[in-house]
Amino acid sequence: MSGDNVLEVRDLATYFFLRRGVLKAVDGVSFNLRRGEVLGLVGESGCGKSVTALSIMRLLPKDTARTVRGEVRLAGENILARSQREMREIRGRRISMILQDPQTSLNPVFSVGEQLREAIYRRTRQPMAQVMKEAVELLRRVEIAAPDQRIRQFPHQMSGGMKQRVVGAISLSGRPEVLIADEPTTALDVTVQLQYLKLLKRLQSQTAMAILFITHDFGVVARMCDRVAVMYAGRIVECGPVQHILERPSHPYTQALIASVPRISGGGDSLTTIDGQPPSLMNLPPGCRFAPRCAHADPRCRASYPSTVPIGVDHTADCWRLEGR
Amino acid sequence: MRSTPWLCILVIATMVFMAVFAPLLAPHSPIDQTLRDKLLPPFWLEGGSFKYVLGTDAFGRDILSRLIYGARISLLVALLALTAGGGVGLVVGIVAGYLGGVIESILMRLVDAAFTFPAILFALLLAVTLGQGLGTLVIAISLLLWASFARVIRGEVLALKQRDFVALAKVRGCSEPRIMLTHILPNVLNTFMVLVTLNIGVVVIAEASLSFLGAGIPPPTPTWGLMVSEGRGRIGDAWWVSLIPGLAITALVLSVNVCGDWLRDRLDPRLRQL
Amino acid sequence: MAGFIARRLLQGFAVLVLVATVVFILGRLTGNPADLMLPEDATGEDRQHLIEALGLDGSLFAQYVAFISSALRGDLGTSLRMRQPAVEIFFSRLPNTLAIIPWALLFAMAVGIPLGVVAAINRGRLLDRAAGTIAVLGIATPSFWLGIVLIFLFSVELGWLPSGRMGGPEHYVLPVITLGAFLTAGFMRLTRSSMLEVLDSEYVKLARIKGLSETVVIWKHCLRNALIPVLTLWGVFVGNLITGAIVTETVFAWPGVGRLTYEAVIYRDFPLLQAVIILKAILILCINLCVDILYAYVDPRIRLT
Repeated sequence: MSGDNVLEVRDLATYFFLRRGVLKAVDGVSFNLRRGEVLGLVGESGCGKSVTALSIMRLLPKDTARTVRGEVRLAGENILARSQREMREIRGRRISMILQDPQTSLNPVFSVGEQLREAIYRRTRQPMAQVMKEAVELLRRVEIAAPDQRIRQFPHQMSGGMKQRVVGAISLSGRPEVLIADEPTTALDVTVQLQYLKLLKRLQSQTAMAILFITHDFGVVARMCDRVAVMYAGRIVECGPVQHILERPSHPYTQALIASVPRISGGGDSLTTIDGQPPSLMNLPPGCRFAPRCAHADPRCRASYPSTVPIGVDHTADCWRLEGR
Repeated sequence: MRSTPWLCILVIATMVFMAVFAPLLAPHSPIDQTLRDKLLPPFWLEGGSFKYVLGTDAFGRDILSRLIYGARISLLVALLALTAGGGVGLVVGIVAGYLGGVIESILMRLVDAAFTFPAILFALLLAVTLGQGLGTLVIAISLLLWASFARVIRGEVLALKQRDFVALAKVRGCSEPRIMLTHILPNVLNTFMVLVTLNIGVVVIAEASLSFLGAGIPPPTPTWGLMVSEGRGRIGDAWWVSLIPGLAITALVLSVNVCGDWLRDRLDPRLRQL
Repeated sequence: MAGFIARRLLQGFAVLVLVATVVFILGRLTGNPADLMLPEDATGEDRQHLIEALGLDGSLFAQYVAFISSALRGDLGTSLRMRQPAVEIFFSRLPNTLAIIPWALLFAMAVGIPLGVVAAINRGRLLDRAAGTIAVLGIATPSFWLGIVLIFLFSVELGWLPSGRMGGPEHYVLPVITLGAFLTAGFMRLTRSSMLEVLDSEYVKLARIKGLSETVVIWKHCLRNALIPVLTLWGVFVGNLITGAIVTETVFAWPGVGRLTYEAVIYRDFPLLQAVIILKAILILCINLCVDILYAYVDPRIRLT
């Protein structure tokens, strides 16, 4: 365990056990999150990004889903082996999460102040006045104007962007080492998105928190992340520093993904899309999962899953074609 | 629930069988009085016999025979009330949902008013003003049903209105009544059937309650509710007169509810929110 | 909020007028209502007297106006049997019914809501099915029969509780249980489905992310939200209780307005029945209005708009 990593995920696999069959949402995901860095986790919807996050937090729906193998090491110890009660101590304090839709992530019947108070109170048992002062301070940190008034308000009295800031404040209240942001700006207005990302960046530099930033948008990755892991059909297919990957994407899927990001400078032609559909997670092909859609696939690609190939400094990809480069 | 509720199906089948073949099944006449044989206990108690399997009431009438004939009334009233009340609700729902506008507003306000005010009271008033009888009873119970049918059907129709085949029919120049009849109606029928199954229990209990209160079909016709009422005074020494018919009501409604839920689960779990 | 109340008041009044009109019409459906109001041995002369006294010889519209105006003055007719103004009789019996209704509601909630929460948390498992079975039994058992069975068990056989009439606390037990039984199922089902929806919501996930204990998550975050839809049905439930009281009070010889209704039916006391219906309508509408106001207050989304 290198001293720099605050979160290490090894061969994480989470399956959903449904009536129709077993859905392998996450099937062997490994990555490291270093102290103070922003790691992007990018991929199409349904590729398993959110399930990865929930697996780390151990908040999977217990009736249908189960993490069947793997380790998640937080500062050295495997939290998958902890009991739920121990996890509750960890959640909120050492790892926290921002959910995607601000409209639904705040409880509509409690005031913003009350929801913050709950979170703060878990960390420190201070008298109420103290706790409320800290709540106001937190709102100020996420750049909400007139925080002492906002504290008494209810979620429906706030805009989407402001609600998401409150969610951010709640997540920060425990002073976590790791923050998982699950598509935090997807549900916000485009104009508000940028502001929110800037806020996150600022907060991150102030607290030296590590962020696992989940998104489907490479543009956001370019703006926010230091490194990025590209996910496809339950596995990570490429992982490395953002600059490298943007300049020289190596895995065919990454290349296709980056090519499909519309550019304003491009001459207004049709949008490039990737042909075909991701494989069914209940019926995965034996070989590389992108092979059916890959222009360069050969029989070996279809037969067995590629091994992880180092491409550059700290940059790897899972592709047979890249071997020996 | 995944497993087939065989017991409940058996209960329902038995009741239907009893209702249909009552004259053949009943060992005695349900209304003839034999005061000599009054208040005899069921066969498993002391003093009972197989002549009167479930005992007799205060007028010497055989409980089992009355029970069998009572099934007729319960099921007949259920059938009629569901047809009438359900039918009215269906029509109101389709008309309100499809035509919209002022008509819909007025109709839905009526539905809301009907929901606010319990219909049992009107049923009682009807019994007093129109006199007791099958017709009054059916009308009274229909009053209970129509509003909930109307509301749900209207919701379905609102969604159906948007579908392509309706637009197509309009383009072809079909008149509105025709569209409602030939296009909308067949498509709400399965919701209608679900509503019917859901409400059988309600109707049976309503009929029994009205009979118990003396607002149902007048004696000497045996109805289960009336039987419970008649046995009330004798609960101390002849509990079977009241308790057995009540058990029949409970068994029937329970079975109908369980089977209804099971059917709904199997056919379309989406309909759960009904 | 004030606009909300005003609108509800208006709606309630409209329903009331509708009810009064329907009652008026039903009374005249089968000919002259005087026939409904006369004792069996009345002569033709008596009939004519009554018709004139009640203004039943005027046009239908004039009769309607007379009906409504005397209603507004508080005169809803005189009971045939008891020869007193119906309104007086109603209000003398009303307190007795109001004595058991809140207990029945409380009983139904105390049993139904926790059952619903337990069922929702244990969805699909044994506890859920068991709770569901209890609920279905509650609905399938006709309350008049339940009352009689309870009397048979606890009064006749065991002798623990009295079989009827008003009195000390022991007289309340069986009627309250009988009246509340049907509602228990309703509360249980509603709480269960409401909880299931809430359990899936994002804010519950956030509560867990915050690391709150499961108890707090369920009983504070979930239940508070899950109960809001339950509250909207309180009005319907109380309406059900008031009508359910007809049967329960009859079975337990409880001297309330439910039993009064039964007496009016049995003795064909049309003026009394007419009055009871209209007064009950007013009662139910008032309760619904209170419930609506309570609901608007409890849900901050409505209160603060």
